[in-house]
Amino acid sequence: MPDTSIAAGAAAGAIPAPVKDDHGIWGFSRAQFGALGLMIAFLAISPFFLYPVFLMKLLCFALFACAFNLLIGYVGLLSFGHAAYFGMGGYIAGHVAKAWGMTPELAIITGGLVAAGLGAIAGWVAIRRQGIYFAMITLALAQMIYFFCVQAPFTGGEDGIQAIPRGKLFGLVSLDTDLTMYWVVAAVFLLGFLLIHRIIHSPYGMVLKSIKENEPRSTSLGYRTDDYKLMAFILSASLAGVAGATKSLVFGIATLTDVHWSMSGEVVLMTLVGGLGTVFGPVIGAAVIVAMQNYLAELGAWVTVIQGVIFVVCVLAFRRGIVGEIGNLLKVKL
Amino acid sequence: MDEIFGIPAPLLFGQLLLGLINGAFYAMMSLGLAVIFGLLNIINFTHGAQFMMGAFAAWMLLEWLGLNYWWALVLVPIIIGFTGVVLERLMISRLYKLDHIYGLLLTFGVGLIIEGIFRNQFGSSGLPYRIPPELQGAWDLGFMYMPIYRGWVVVAALVLCLATWLLIEKTRLGAYLRAATENAPLVQAFGVNVPRMVTLTYGFGVALAAIGGVLAAPIYSVNPQMGTNLIIVVFAVVVIGGMGSIIGSIVTGFGLGIVEGLTKVFWPEASATVVFVIMAIVLVARPAGLFGRA
Repeated sequence: MPDTSIAAGAAAGAIPAPVKDDHGIWGFSRAQFGALGLMIAFLAISPFFLYPVFLMKLLCFALFACAFNLLIGYVGLLSFGHAAYFGMGGYIAGHVAKAWGMTPELAIITGGLVAAGLGAIAGWVAIRRQGIYFAMITLALAQMIYFFCVQAPFTGGEDGIQAIPRGKLFGLVSLDTDLTMYWVVAAVFLLGFLLIHRIIHSPYGMVLKSIKENEPRSTSLGYRTDDYKLMAFILSASLAGVAGATKSLVFGIATLTDVHWSMSGEVVLMTLVGGLGTVFGPVIGAAVIVAMQNYLAELGAWVTVIQGVIFVVCVLAFRRGIVGEIGNLLKVKL
Repeated sequence: MDEIFGIPAPLLFGQLLLGLINGAFYAMMSLGLAVIFGLLNIINFTHGAQFMMGAFAAWMLLEWLGLNYWWALVLVPIIIGFTGVVLERLMISRLYKLDHIYGLLLTFGVGLIIEGIFRNQFGSSGLPYRIPPELQGAWDLGFMYMPIYRGWVVVAALVLCLATWLLIEKTRLGAYLRAATENAPLVQAFGVNVPRMVTLTYGFGVALAAIGGVLAAPIYSVNPQMGTNLIIVVFAVVVIGGMGSIIGSIVTGFGLGIVEGLTKVFWPEASATVVFVIMAIVLVARPAGLFGRA
């Protein structure tokens, strides 16, 4: 196994789109800046013609997928246990909002912090191995957290935490109407999205990319690659926690579904469909999968089959994902 | 000897036996995963679904064709192993040049498809499969009653594991296999048909999972989720043992089953997580796994 980075796989299967070297605005290339403008415009007008609760669900999963993509797309680490941080963020936010009466912004921050702590421990264990071992270890650790959530008293076991109040933002603005809540969720998503963008364009992010391309070389250049990987894992876990926390406030409920391994599979699928390692791919992928689940809900267990088929098709024939394909067609990096 | 460490002896031995049986399945599953990984460099995420298919195939043979347990034990690994061969030829073989992660994602997707189809067809409540009449009843061992079927599962799994070990370590075919694991192009240069060997190895690993499913059918109820719940624990077992050695997989599998059984006696709440905790400890102390090569 001379080279186990995912970049090698992508290079063999799909040639990355040639990159035009324009520095653009705030680290975005011109095409990316255009796409960002489109996305913000969509965020601003969509609640007036689409159901806000559906949009909020979509945005929570989009942030979750972006957090996951930070690891797989920029460090080359496939975490198969990200549901643990997503779900735990949701449980913690639900608990502190309901039992301790915390305001929503504090509940979301607490959810993110606890997920970060969990990510620090799990990451510290998992980064000792690479490649598929890393995937198996993160999956096993997430399963451990799942069983913890089944048994821990504060999670409510099979019932979950129900009737979580949305509360008042900063103690002032009531979030009970869906539209107000939507603006908060959109702001959380956008902040998370821009934070990830900032991270991958910082000097630290450059080191992450070098680790993905060639870890031994990065080590030989004097970087402590394990520290960098651990930090990336913690950042990714905390953003996943923030996404989960926001979701539990939106729906007023936190359940075992969000910590289950199938949720970990779903976020992998979203990112894969959208395009691994693209900036906008996870958002598009999340939109596709959430919309699919919404419209195909009456098909019941067939949704699992369809998801499996999408996995297989993406891996065999469509490894660049939707955004990757579009970028390749337009010869820009999105 | 009614009590050991303040625990009633029948309870202790009962849980030990249960642990041994779980360990038998861990050993068989991790052995299959290790054999496949050795040659294909792919973590077979479909393994759990193939285990479940084995159990369902046994059930179908009995209910639809009237073929009993012993027929199932022979036919099911052949049938399910063949589906594995088809899967390898049609899909997995296209991914060898790519990153290993794609193999994992593909087999995960295939597992979802299989599980979803079975859940649609048979529901998720589970189907009963009767213990064959020859293996019903229990032996009185003096200190506990031992259901014959459970003893049979442990012995059968041990025999299968040892037979696999012998096949790989002591036969000419096994020597080819080990050589191809080390350096496939060189073995091919000697005139061995390596692609065919890869395909058959995958089929063999899958057949092992399927036999596991047949053995499990009378113990656990036959349901679509039975494999997935198992496979995640088996992943942890594989990480603990390291995939380098066959004997390592077997020892780790049985050992962890027993540890899990004992945990059920002394600290029941931790029994679901103990394997994962051990995995974390092993990773911190010895990242390559107990039997792995760094």
